[in-house]
Amino acid sequence: MFDQSLSKTIFGRLTWESFPIHEPILIGTFAVVALLGLGIVGAVTKFKLWGWLWREWLTTVDHKKIGIMYMILGIVMLLRGFADALMMRLQQAMAFGGAEGYLNAHHYDQIFTAHGTIMIFFVAIPLIAGVINFVMPLQIGARDVAFPYLNSLAFWLTVAGAVLVMISLFVGEFSTAGWLNYVPVANLQNSPGTGPDYYLWALQIAGVGTTLSAINLVTTVIKMRAPGMTMMKMPVFTWTALCSQVLAIAIFPALTGAFAMLMLDRYLGMNFFTNDLGGNPMMYWNLVWIWGHPEVYVLVLPVFGIYSEITSTFSGKRLFGYSSMVYATVVITILSYLVWLHHFFTMGSGASVNSFFGIATMVIAIPTGAKIFNWLFTMYRGSIRFELPMMWVVAFMITFVVGGMTGVLLAVPPADFVLHNSLFLVAHFHNVIIGGVVFGLFAGMYYWFPKAFGFRLDPFWGKVSFWGWVIGYWVAWTPIYIVGLMGTTRRVRHFDDPSLQIWFIIAGIGALIILVGILAFVIQIAVSIINRDKLRDTTGDPWDGRTLEWSTSSPPPPYNFAFTPVVHELDAWYDMKQRGIARPASGFRKIHMPRNTGTGVVLGGLAIVLGFAMVWYIWWLAALAFAGVFAVAIGHSFNYDRDYYIPVDEVKREEQARTRLLAAGA
Amino acid sequence: MSGETRDMDAPLAIEGHGSKKSYLVGFALSAVLTAIPFWLVMGNVLSNQGLTSALVILFAVLQILVHTFCFLHVNTETEGGWTMLAYIFTAVILLITIAGSLWIMYHLNSNMMPGMIAPQMSGAP
Amino acid sequence: MATKAKTRAKAAQASEAPLFYETGDHAAHPASPTLLGFWIYLMSDALLFASIFATFGVLGTSYAGGPTAREIFDLPLVALNTAILLVSSITYGFAMLAMERGAIRTVQAWLALTALLGMSFVGVELYEFGHLIAEGATPQRSGFLSAFFTLVGTHGAHVSFGIIWIGVMLVQVQKRGLIAENRRRLLCLSMFWHFLDVVWIGVFTYVYLLGMMR
Repeated sequence: MFDQSLSKTIFGRLTWESFPIHEPILIGTFAVVALLGLGIVGAVTKFKLWGWLWREWLTTVDHKKIGIMYMILGIVMLLRGFADALMMRLQQAMAFGGAEGYLNAHHYDQIFTAHGTIMIFFVAIPLIAGVINFVMPLQIGARDVAFPYLNSLAFWLTVAGAVLVMISLFVGEFSTAGWLNYVPVANLQNSPGTGPDYYLWALQIAGVGTTLSAINLVTTVIKMRAPGMTMMKMPVFTWTALCSQVLAIAIFPALTGAFAMLMLDRYLGMNFFTNDLGGNPMMYWNLVWIWGHPEVYVLVLPVFGIYSEITSTFSGKRLFGYSSMVYATVVITILSYLVWLHHFFTMGSGASVNSFFGIATMVIAIPTGAKIFNWLFTMYRGSIRFELPMMWVVAFMITFVVGGMTGVLLAVPPADFVLHNSLFLVAHFHNVIIGGVVFGLFAGMYYWFPKAFGFRLDPFWGKVSFWGWVIGYWVAWTPIYIVGLMGTTRRVRHFDDPSLQIWFIIAGIGALIILVGILAFVIQIAVSIINRDKLRDTTGDPWDGRTLEWSTSSPPPPYNFAFTPVVHELDAWYDMKQRGIARPASGFRKIHMPRNTGTGVVLGGLAIVLGFAMVWYIWWLAALAFAGVFAVAIGHSFNYDRDYYIPVDEVKREEQARTRLLAAGA
Repeated sequence: MSGETRDMDAPLAIEGHGSKKSYLVGFALSAVLTAIPFWLVMGNVLSNQGLTSALVILFAVLQILVHTFCFLHVNTETEGGWTMLAYIFTAVILLITIAGSLWIMYHLNSNMMPGMIAPQMSGAP
Repeated sequence: MATKAKTRAKAAQASEAPLFYETGDHAAHPASPTLLGFWIYLMSDALLFASIFATFGVLGTSYAGGPTAREIFDLPLVALNTAILLVSSITYGFAMLAMERGAIRTVQAWLALTALLGMSFVGVELYEFGHLIAEGATPQRSGFLSAFFTLVGTHGAHVSFGIIWIGVMLVQVQKRGLIAENRRRLLCLSMFWHFLDVVWIGVFTYVYLLGMMR
């Protein structure tokens, strides 16, 4: 008795049963992860790189490095999220009639929940944050973002969320309530275990990070543009980054509120979203979708910006209709906040409510269509170079437009009553997310990789990856549209109708083709690193770009610009090249820079401990971690020594090295 | 970039220089704009609940404006107008969130839980 | 900042060779982004309150057969608290005026007074909550009470955080005086404190006054 209550006090509800030793799939996964982890730790130790890692990466406040770390996080989590997808495809291809497949319902539900949660929160959001972080300050001629320490903190809080989700794989269980952790499934009564709690803590912590990051990026665009860069002379990618992050600031508080109230229900027995004592589960749905719909525009707007940059660069032409692109982006930003009910047309709000939101949803297609036309008109009569980024753009145009059309179809409430929660819906959103966001991120990665690392990515493996993704997407998802139209429900692990099986098998093959694309992507990176000297970019401008990031070296020096550029026209770098402006080769000055700090990574670590302790009801540990967070955050504010100067000689050395490199290349 | 060692002497931009007058005027106005709604409700002054509600809301909005201009010194000049723009944008989103939620939930409740809606569910803006 | 830059760029264009890099001796000193960034954070905080306000609007009459608004609200107490918070806004305002004059001791005095008023506010609120819970009107009793405690409580938690922040500022002003960084921080705290009073207007109107009439 005494032992039991002591163990409960120390370990909360964590017991030996919390470790899934009876699940062979998890044991296998753990073995692989543990081996990989030990391998990495071993290598870092062997090559004595801990100091370097701490100094150069863990404590950095440099937007370029933080951007790269976000990309690494996103790609690693992509592998996890895609593994979940493969498992689902396999189960759904197998489980017909008498065959039960290999995943029981409880396990399957966690997989689709984890898949969606990871793909949106720990793949898409970090990858978008990474691209904006790396590119935008360079595009506006700034030396860093407005709040470098906050940037680091936001990144490590996102990592903390990802780590908590990964821990849930091996300790306890994850939520089974879908990627939005729907009530009533996620209510304490129905899910008393750790599932929804892992979800809530991981996402609250990561959500704070995302909100802080958004505030940082918006302030940067407003306050830190180079002289002469008025709003209407900003690159389109910067515009879309601004609007996307403004939207993020507007919506994450709603998600934070919804999750906080659900936490209060689960931890303190309150009645916000319960089924009795005056609770109303639909209010949770209402709040999360107020977040959820604009969120997809947070993801897709920067990607539209990427397409704009790539299309104009690889067509050798100024972007067609810059002003209309800007207005379309702003209109989409505002409209996206007026459509959220279309995610629950079928829940009974009635004709007047449904009509308003249905029409608003259809209207959003208009500015998006305007953008497509602008890209097409940019390409028209341009001298188009069909290098990989442009290939991704064309694939996007063909794929995404179909997804947009099925979206408009779903926007009609009577149609949605048939298709809501069918696989047609699932196919629609994968269509726009993969065809839109994912293709755009690959385009952007290929486009900006040389800027970040100084060498291009290998084009052959890039093309393999491209075709894997594009062919794989169509083979995987067209059957899903078909079975969806035939009435198949989503989130189902077993089917009775054998005539559907062929479609799921084809979809499974499609998923394997996408796997080829993903593996080729990883190989591409490895091959590029091995062959980096052959792929070297010495000019800083491998694509004949038009915006300011291409005026720096590849990679840029820590301070980005020895002299802040002065902007006169849209497409400032193109303007400079046209006028034959040479960068100044002398007269360098010392440069003011922010210091690195370990506070971000420490707070991230404490957040992991806090989240874990709260999930497992280990109250003493949670209290300690919370006090730690407080103490470290306030302690950090007592450090006023936040900056330093890069001495003139170092700047001179760096710039003269570049001058020599440019001369050698010429 | 950290701005800590920059801008040592430049006037701090965001708040227009508050004067003693603006704080005292703001205080007086706020006190009045608080006292009246409390009096209306506590004293049950008007028999019409709807009218009382409308007046209470009106006074709240007015007092928020008083705080905005007299205490927060929000104007169209600071930060090149971005302060005002952010404020207006937030107000719009706030209204959409609250009004939209109330509208949707009212309809959901009355369609899906008929007979359970409280007598004055929409006692709100 | 944009206008200064535009004039400089225009002037540069007017001269022989347009300027494409800032090579001049006076490197540009862009204004600090801190105040705008903090303002934007406050806007996000307002939207957090919006979600809780919306929830209170939806659940505000979900009494579940338990205590109703009319039964539990103590308007005179709320009026007192409103007055306390309003006065604290003025005392903080006076602290800001003293800061512009560079009068460190005066700043500290007004800050301390603000913190005391803030603590009284939280104290009254805790008393109110304690009283309600003792009577059985707990946050667990109904959706209405969950929403009530959370909305009012979130505001109170923000005020408590503000009080801690005032404490930190008192120490930092004591240690380093009214340097630019501290003045920036005091301005941020000023925005925060006034913003909390704005939210309180929403709370006492929407929760207490309108709640009495539902």
